[in-house]
Amino acid sequence: MALNEQTAKMSVQEMIAKQKGKKGKFWVEKSIPIILFLIASISVLTTFGIVFTLIFETFEFFKRVPFLDYLLGTEWLPFSNNEPLYGILPLIAGTLKVTLIAVVVAVPFGLASAVYLSEFANDKTRRVIKPVLEVLAGIPTIVYGFFALTFVTPLLQQFIPGLKIFNALSPGIVVGIMILPMIASLSEDAMTSVPKSIREGALALGATKLEVAMKVVLPAALSGIMASIVLAISRAIGETMIVSLAGGSTPRFDGDLTGSIQTMTAYIVQVSTGDAGYGTTIYYSIYAVGFTLFLFTLLMNWLAHAISKRFREEY
Amino acid sequence: MRYIDHAAVVKRMNSRMIVNKLFKTIFFLATLFALLALGILFYRIISQGVGYLSLDFLLNFGSRFPEKAGIKAALVGSLWMMAVVAPVSLILGVGSAIYLEEYAKKSKLNDFIRMNIANLAGVPSVVFGLLGLTIFVRALALGNSILAAGFTMSLLILPVIIVASQESIRAVPNELREASYGMGATKWQTIAKVVLPSAIPGILTGGILALSRAIGETAPLVVIGIPVIIQFLPNNLLSQFTAMPMQIFDWAKRPQEEFQYVASAGIIVLMIFLLLMNSIAVIIRNKFQKRY
Repeated sequence: MALNEQTAKMSVQEMIAKQKGKKGKFWVEKSIPIILFLIASISVLTTFGIVFTLIFETFEFFKRVPFLDYLLGTEWLPFSNNEPLYGILPLIAGTLKVTLIAVVVAVPFGLASAVYLSEFANDKTRRVIKPVLEVLAGIPTIVYGFFALTFVTPLLQQFIPGLKIFNALSPGIVVGIMILPMIASLSEDAMTSVPKSIREGALALGATKLEVAMKVVLPAALSGIMASIVLAISRAIGETMIVSLAGGSTPRFDGDLTGSIQTMTAYIVQVSTGDAGYGTTIYYSIYAVGFTLFLFTLLMNWLAHAISKRFREEY
Repeated sequence: MRYIDHAAVVKRMNSRMIVNKLFKTIFFLATLFALLALGILFYRIISQGVGYLSLDFLLNFGSRFPEKAGIKAALVGSLWMMAVVAPVSLILGVGSAIYLEEYAKKSKLNDFIRMNIANLAGVPSVVFGLLGLTIFVRALALGNSILAAGFTMSLLILPVIIVASQESIRAVPNELREASYGMGATKWQTIAKVVLPSAIPGILTGGILALSRAIGETAPLVVIGIPVIIQFLPNNLLSQFTAMPMQIFDWAKRPQEEFQYVASAGIIVLMIFLLLMNSIAVIIRNKFQKRY
């Protein structure tokens, strides 16, 4: 009772003053932002961790292999007993072959889907197709790899007689299917954000929907579309499991698409599943390859960022 | 005087309309390509794998003989790994998002953190594997354990969770915050009791989708050296283990044709898992998301 009377007699100002005096709350308010800042800096630490591990171990690699031999060498034979050769170009060639095929598949289909979804489709169709694209984007890459090896390769072999079991074509096509949803949905976002008034202006002048899409919407959304393609390329370069399963493990510096290849990512996987001991040159070579891969994707991501920043149309 | 030659316009209009129609069809067919690819993929995997799918498949360990091979160790291993990834990635992701949305002032440092998250999202997963191998497996001497794999996966999906959480925190209207301050609540009280409860459905949806990516991710596990042939179940966080994608990778690589069917059966189990997680995410999104 006494407590109640006391509270009743206390004015609001006094209550606030009393609350303010509490030490505990003060400490919570002060320390939470610091704790949260530390948590947020873990993502920065992760980046530093990636960059520093790659640099340190790559440095170790270049103590054993001359830098120019790595950069300009056209033969990658790390498992050779008498004279191992570490020239990165064959691995880069493998990666570029797969990426190129993927782009050839994904860009036309992705852009066509984006135009259809944003300019032609009615709500009902959109409600069916968009979840399909989402599902396609959510399928694990190991499943795509299995699909490439056991379905796409045998299918292609029926049309292309000389095609080997491991080749660049089949993983390239499947990587293309994998990055297709990314191009489609990001480009569609870019096109949808073009204001309706611009479309209506063109329609009122008598343009058909196709003309509006091609001559008005596409140019206006170009920066977003280009950025989506570059991001998708970056994803294709870093793709690992599809090329490991269906691409083979023969690093070759040529333009052949029907024979076995090896990409940068597939080499890292090959060494990781093998029994190269800690501290060997082969062990350090995966960091050098990883670092090269990292630089490639970083460049692509910056390019995408620069494109969308530089050529953005403001409405 | 006639400015417009009506006949010419009609003639030209017809051909333009035909081209319009033609391209509409082409675009539609191109869109169907994705649908077709998905359909074939599902059909192939289900028709190949369903014969090998049985209770024994779920309860057997891996084996050299395709008819005896099972996914038990990998299934349990994946669950153990998720038990690490879910709390670690959610705490780190949501914490970072709260800091960036509610506390961070406009400064060079905070801009750097934001830019860094965007860049981190573009790093290939195999590179995260190299990070895990160096830091968690070797430097912290965790070995190829559940903890090492879990930490690596958490960092891999961290950017996705941060971005999803940021978006749902940003979607909480300012009026709610102001009302809370008006009642005398402090900043942290407002965040913990007003902002987070209304942002949590969005955070969970994004979180579950990110986790479903972690469960299907293979490359980092390969790089940190997760073994495949495991004949026991893990009993603590430092145990060796194997995971579903690793097991599927191993089966898919084997030359015997029967193992293709085993791999398909494994993929079905993995996809059912993903489907369940995605459905939960969709249910949460539809049921609890408030619109202001």
